[in-house]
Amino acid sequence: MNWEAVIGVEIHVRLKSEYKLFCSDRAVFGGEPNTHICPVCIGLPGALPVLNSEIVDLALRTALAFGCTIHFESVWARKSYFYPDLPKGYQITQFEHPLATKGSVTFPGSKGDTSVKIRRVHIEEDAGKLLHDRVPRASAIDLNRAGTALVEIVTEPDLRTAADVRLFLGELKQTLEYVGASNCNMEEGDLRVDANVSVRRSGSPRLGNKTEIKNVNSFSGVERALSLEIARQIATLEAGSVVGQQTLRWDDHREELRKMRSKEESHDYRYFPEPDLSPVRVTQEQVTTVLESLPELPRVRCSRFKKVYELRDYDAEVLTQSAANADYFEELVGIHIDPQVAAKWVVGPLQGLMNQRRENAQTVPVRPAQIAALIGLIERGVVSESAAKSVLVILAQEGGSPSDIIEARGLMQEQDIGQLTSWVTEVLAKRSEEVARYRGGESKILGYLVGQVMQSSGGTADPRLARDLLIKQLRNE
Amino acid sequence: MSLQDKVLSSSEVLNFGGSGFRSLDDIKELEGGREGLNAFLAVAEPEDLEACGQGPLEGVMVALKDNICTKRLPTTCGSRILKGYRSPYEATVVRRLRRAGALIAGKTNLDEFGMGSSTENSAFGPTLNPVDRSLVPGGSSGGSAAAVAAGYVRMALGSDTGGSVRQPAAFCGVVGIKPTYGRISRYGLIAFASSLDQIGTIGATVLEASLLLEVVSGHDTRDSTSAEKPVPRYRDAAVQGIEGMVVGIPTEYFPEQLDPPVRALLDDACERLVAAGAEVRPVSLPHTEFAIPCYYVLATAEASSNLARYDGVRFGARLPAEGLDRMYELTRGNFGAEVKRRIMLGTYVLSSGYYDAYYGTAQRTRASIAHDFTAAFNEVDVLFTPTSPTPAFPLGERVLDPVAMYLSDVFTVTANLAGIPGLSVPIGTVGGLPLGGQLLGPWWGESHIIAAAGALEASYREDT
Ligand SMILES: [Zn+2]
Repeated sequence: MNWEAVIGVEIHVRLKSEYKLFCSDRAVFGGEPNTHICPVCIGLPGALPVLNSEIVDLALRTALAFGCTIHFESVWARKSYFYPDLPKGYQITQFEHPLATKGSVTFPGSKGDTSVKIRRVHIEEDAGKLLHDRVPRASAIDLNRAGTALVEIVTEPDLRTAADVRLFLGELKQTLEYVGASNCNMEEGDLRVDANVSVRRSGSPRLGNKTEIKNVNSFSGVERALSLEIARQIATLEAGSVVGQQTLRWDDHREELRKMRSKEESHDYRYFPEPDLSPVRVTQEQVTTVLESLPELPRVRCSRFKKVYELRDYDAEVLTQSAANADYFEELVGIHIDPQVAAKWVVGPLQGLMNQRRENAQTVPVRPAQIAALIGLIERGVVSESAAKSVLVILAQEGGSPSDIIEARGLMQEQDIGQLTSWVTEVLAKRSEEVARYRGGESKILGYLVGQVMQSSGGTADPRLARDLLIKQLRNE
Repeated sequence: MSLQDKVLSSSEVLNFGGSGFRSLDDIKELEGGREGLNAFLAVAEPEDLEACGQGPLEGVMVALKDNICTKRLPTTCGSRILKGYRSPYEATVVRRLRRAGALIAGKTNLDEFGMGSSTENSAFGPTLNPVDRSLVPGGSSGGSAAAVAAGYVRMALGSDTGGSVRQPAAFCGVVGIKPTYGRISRYGLIAFASSLDQIGTIGATVLEASLLLEVVSGHDTRDSTSAEKPVPRYRDAAVQGIEGMVVGIPTEYFPEQLDPPVRALLDDACERLVAAGAEVRPVSLPHTEFAIPCYYVLATAEASSNLARYDGVRFGARLPAEGLDRMYELTRGNFGAEVKRRIMLGTYVLSSGYYDAYYGTAQRTRASIAHDFTAAFNEVDVLFTPTSPTPAFPLGERVLDPVAMYLSDVFTVTANLAGIPGLSVPIGTVGGLPLGGQLLGPWWGESHIIAAAGALEASYREDT
């Protein structure tokens, strides 16, 4: 009989807000420890929280991106536990009455489109950080992160495989970036994942005992941790034993799950409504405004690209992975570049350039109008495609117009038959071996010879004319 | 001088009442001598008196309960856990006082974190009642009430979570006002029970307590629970009279067990209200009997959470120990017995499995109590009750009997549960000890209760 895993995840997402949730400190990553702190976020006696309403809008964007129902009144609650990085001894979060409930995410899973229900989305503050390597024989505390804004997204246990969890998280991350709710910088801990997992006989309606995996901050880590835990649970059940309810911590370096001390998991958080803050009130107008400002979500955009622009699946998917790339592409199409050609340039040379310069489609200095001009020059035969790629690099470095660069550097495509013939003759004389192979029937070698002519011409030869001349000379001799 | 005849300017307020003002040196000498009351935990040095604004309190010395954060003076909450703690920031009320020209004379003694009704729960020893040094001054703002009653200062700030301004004002024979929840910013008031805590004012006269209230009230962007309501001239309300005012007498606040002399003084006060032009009629507040248990569930629940930050990690006392848990245990051992008792109670009522039975029930009861008042204030303008069932009791009498101590708040906790304003004004003496009468008003009804208290005060003054 087969086993089936039942998995639900909780994702903590750091919102892209300029300030912390309840004070006016900047929410910045890094920086000297304890330089972005104030009486409120370090829990000094007498200090009180004041909600930064910018954050409610970011949380609404998140919840609405997943089609959640927004609650017009949600209530802050205190979640109590003692830990040195938690200044007040409680975390301000939402418990009984969260901001939003009942959404869903559809993603391309390993068995086709898969839907996961979102149970709830709520806002909460983050804790500080313990630094174990600053002071000998002691831990130091950095409270720069304390009080920064998170949303917690909780799914129903709708996932069935570790691989699907990873694909789901990818979709979730893409959506969060798309709607501008979070930078989703994994290295900076913008996304942290907990997962609940149990195993049962396939098709059984009963749930097995579940374990919780805490504190994983990479998607591959989540997949590996879940795979290990699912295998362990199956082995336990097959040996006739029972899976104990427990909390496990993923150790990314050792790639292993470790049981947390039972004391750590036996928390009674003693939730109760936060008396220092009034409930969060959201109006229908606010919801409408946020909804209207949401960009088209990646999956919708991807299928539109395929349908409207008749792009290949691959191009459409790569283009819509980032909203900036997709916007860049549509801007090119908007200035009358053929969609296929535009896609080829964004996915190909432009992406190459961005990777090399560590930039994205918003920050790369070559703007769509410049690329459009360059494509126009190729179409009119002024410049070869290979020369155009060098023009692109120069555009990024120096700016200016493509035609000026082409002229200044003599990158015009050579169409003069006399000049071309002399390059062709020169190549054929040098490459007698390849000429012999061509004449012996190995016609594929022609491409190599065209490349040689292009090289001799410094990339300026018109490849179509060069090819014709080569064939003519190879046949006529 | 007739109060009704004129609106008093600040300098007249200062001169009013006859007893002159004392200097910091006077206060130090009085507190340091054998007759010292231990009302102050810290007295300012002359160099601590920062240059101040020109406002209605220009040059007036004001004492602050030691749970209000000051930068120049330590803020201890009467607790060993904050011994010597100096706040790096200042409470909003302190900034408002200085803007109005006031000078901060010092920090006054209190029951640890405001938890108590006698100021005997201070880690730094009890405050004595200036009327009779064998008696408690009430609490938890006992230091502030004693300092005003002894004439060290004419005005002081306290905080009132269940009666902590009104009850000590009554025990010491001065005036105490707890305004509507949200009237005064709590920013910089060290929390005991956030949904009940409210800073209150204590003055030698209704006028002084009202003027101080006027100065420190108003919206503060740093406190989300502070209200965006304009602040009336409360000092004018003190002299405006009560012609036509309807005063309700809630039967539940006049139980059989009240001592006859206490009852007689209350009856006399009612007659004076009528003589001043008010109409008096009985009303009922049927949920009153549930107020004390309701209060002790909610207040301890919030306290257990508010006091979690005193963990030895960032500020205040830390007792070194091997391991984090041991450090927490030893450090939090610094709390006094009453604070520990309330943290335990609060932790218990919030724990899973008990939450609904205790906290949930208490929340619903709180709503019923608030509703009682809403209904009553549809009929009457203010309510008149005793502030406390008895005058001041002897030091040590109730220390070992927490329930008896809790019951001294039986008439005051309801105002905190309902969020309404309350005021205690002297209404004579029983066996030489001052008794307080309490006036309660609807939300934002401070002016009404101040007017009623002003009329009573004027009536007693005419006797002498
Ligand atoms: Zn801060």
